[in-house]
Amino acid sequence: MSSVPSVVNPSPAPATPAPAAAANDERPHSPWRDAWARLRRNRLAVIGGVFVLLLTFVCIALPPFLPYSYEQQNLARGATPPSAEHWLGTDELGRDLLARLLYGGRISLMVGFVASLVALTIGVTYGAIAGYAGGKLDALMMRVVDILYALPFTIFVILMMVFLKDPMTQLDAWLRQFSWLSDLQGIGKIIGLFAAIGAVEWLTMARIVRGQVLTVKKMEYIEAARTLGYGHARIVFRHIVPNILGPVIVFTTLTIPAVMMLESFLSFLGLGVDAPLSSWGTLIKDGADKMENFPWLLIFPGGVFACTLLALNLLGDGLRDALDVRAAKD
Amino acid sequence: MLRFILRRFLQTLPVLFVLATLTFFMLRLVPGGPFTAEKAVSPEIQRNLEAHYGLDKPLLVQYRDYLWDITPKKLAPWRLFTDSNRDGAPDFDLKAAFGINLGPSFKYPNRTVNEIIADKLPTSLELGLWALLVALTIGVTLGVVAAMKKNTGVDYTASTLAMVGICVPTFVMGPLLVLLFALHLGWFNASGWYFASDRVLPAATLGLVYAAYIARLTRGGMLEVLNQDYIRTARAKGASETRIVLRHALRGGLLPVVTFLGPAIAGIISGSFVIETIFQIPGLGREFVNSAFNRDYTLVIGTVLLYAVLIVVLNLLVDVVQVWLNPRLKFE
Repeated sequence: MSSVPSVVNPSPAPATPAPAAAANDERPHSPWRDAWARLRRNRLAVIGGVFVLLLTFVCIALPPFLPYSYEQQNLARGATPPSAEHWLGTDELGRDLLARLLYGGRISLMVGFVASLVALTIGVTYGAIAGYAGGKLDALMMRVVDILYALPFTIFVILMMVFLKDPMTQLDAWLRQFSWLSDLQGIGKIIGLFAAIGAVEWLTMARIVRGQVLTVKKMEYIEAARTLGYGHARIVFRHIVPNILGPVIVFTTLTIPAVMMLESFLSFLGLGVDAPLSSWGTLIKDGADKMENFPWLLIFPGGVFACTLLALNLLGDGLRDALDVRAAKD
Repeated sequence: MLRFILRRFLQTLPVLFVLATLTFFMLRLVPGGPFTAEKAVSPEIQRNLEAHYGLDKPLLVQYRDYLWDITPKKLAPWRLFTDSNRDGAPDFDLKAAFGINLGPSFKYPNRTVNEIIADKLPTSLELGLWALLVALTIGVTLGVVAAMKKNTGVDYTASTLAMVGICVPTFVMGPLLVLLFALHLGWFNASGWYFASDRVLPAATLGLVYAAYIARLTRGGMLEVLNQDYIRTARAKGASETRIVLRHALRGGLLPVVTFLGPAIAGIISGSFVIETIFQIPGLGREFVNSAFNRDYTLVIGTVLLYAVLIVVLNLLVDVVQVWLNPRLKFE
């Protein structure tokens, strides 16, 4: 964690007084604008970013306009290959695969984003406190992280899903008494997924943030803030955290595909999202069970899932290069 | 070196203690005991069952007994590999080797967790070793070739393949390989674990993701090493390109790969849950997932502990190899 990203130490703006004649590109270069320019030049990262945005938009906005819902069965029709009517075909209950894929995408993407956000919040808070406090508290907090880090975390998530099974069913039943939540069946299980995945994915974030905070807190402007008599909380969250956003953004972007992978892994094993809800993991599981006769049920969900992971990874790598963060990937 | 190993070993003890404590309390505090899922039994039978499994004692007493049961009390690791029942396979008898007793299974009557592990672990270990072999051979070859032909079509193809390999999860890759090589071409069986050829698809599925990571790491490591002065010296002395790579560059170039082996082993172990489910392999991974479903608490705890110890011990081994390859690390 030795490298300081360039965003921490912005090169001073060009000091030329800029006469009106040379006004075309003499605006001060903010590090964020530089990074944005570098990102835009990275073709793969742009493709990845556009893909993710487009996919998210389609998954959220398109389902109401489709002629079929994700659970509407047509047993007389059964499983049919892609056709003009059902673009991606239907499964053996006659359900439209495109509708199910988009709906599953909502769940998978939501778990990916929200669980990463949970990990981000815990990781940044924990890491920033440890790094800022230093001394014994820091040593103790990082020792805890070290111990948790050595646990095999996939196994730990499986354990948590077993552990959370009953509480989540109860939560689900409780939530569904509210009429505006009544069509969100299985939401309890999804909250369980957020908790279980968020609980293991924050560790790396905490380490990265702590390392960054250790470098930043020695800077003069922090000393200045302290001289002005600001409280610790204000210094940490107003002065330090905004200056370590680079690595945090990069690592969050790279956490999303990891989280989505974990969710699908759990759903594939039957420990994740429950029927009738479906995520990409459960769709892939269904497809794998029936691929002998209906291969499209595996190929489309598997393909879309792999493309999404690829796009997110390309975007993350591009952001890392653009923000010049070297140590952010483990 | 001995001091380093000892220190690293002592560092793993709190990890194991925390793990044992966490798993114990997590699963004991779950609402609904292991026998509530069955059809209603009379209170006497319920009491007898709980007494049989020691569940009627106070929680802290159960915890103390459990900690004592899983503490190693002797050290005879060779007993893992003897074949006392003459069934042609090693025993993996944790009780004979370390005096560890993981208790009776809640769901398999008359079987202990030790027996189930002894029964299923060898299959999983075999699968894991094949997968590691696939990952290392393909990964290192691809990475070295990409580094030698830097910035050519070969390099880009290898790098793209690696990126794709990383993004196709095992549970997509496995069914696709089955679809192509088993159902379509008919080269292999779609599932089972009977013949030597049954090892190919599962090992390939599990190994390919890590082959992709290893290829990237090898390429990066080799590129760094190939710029060093001693490589230029070797070249100036007229060594052939093959000799330079194999004799001079590989040892340094593989350092990042060795670092990665720790996470890779952990990944291969958890990946085996999916692979054993897809290919219906009678290994410990499938048993673990089933036990998680059935809430066979003792079996869940036993397997989790075993996996954790395996991962921790293998990580220790990886660290030692790393220090042996690069002594500078000892002082960090």
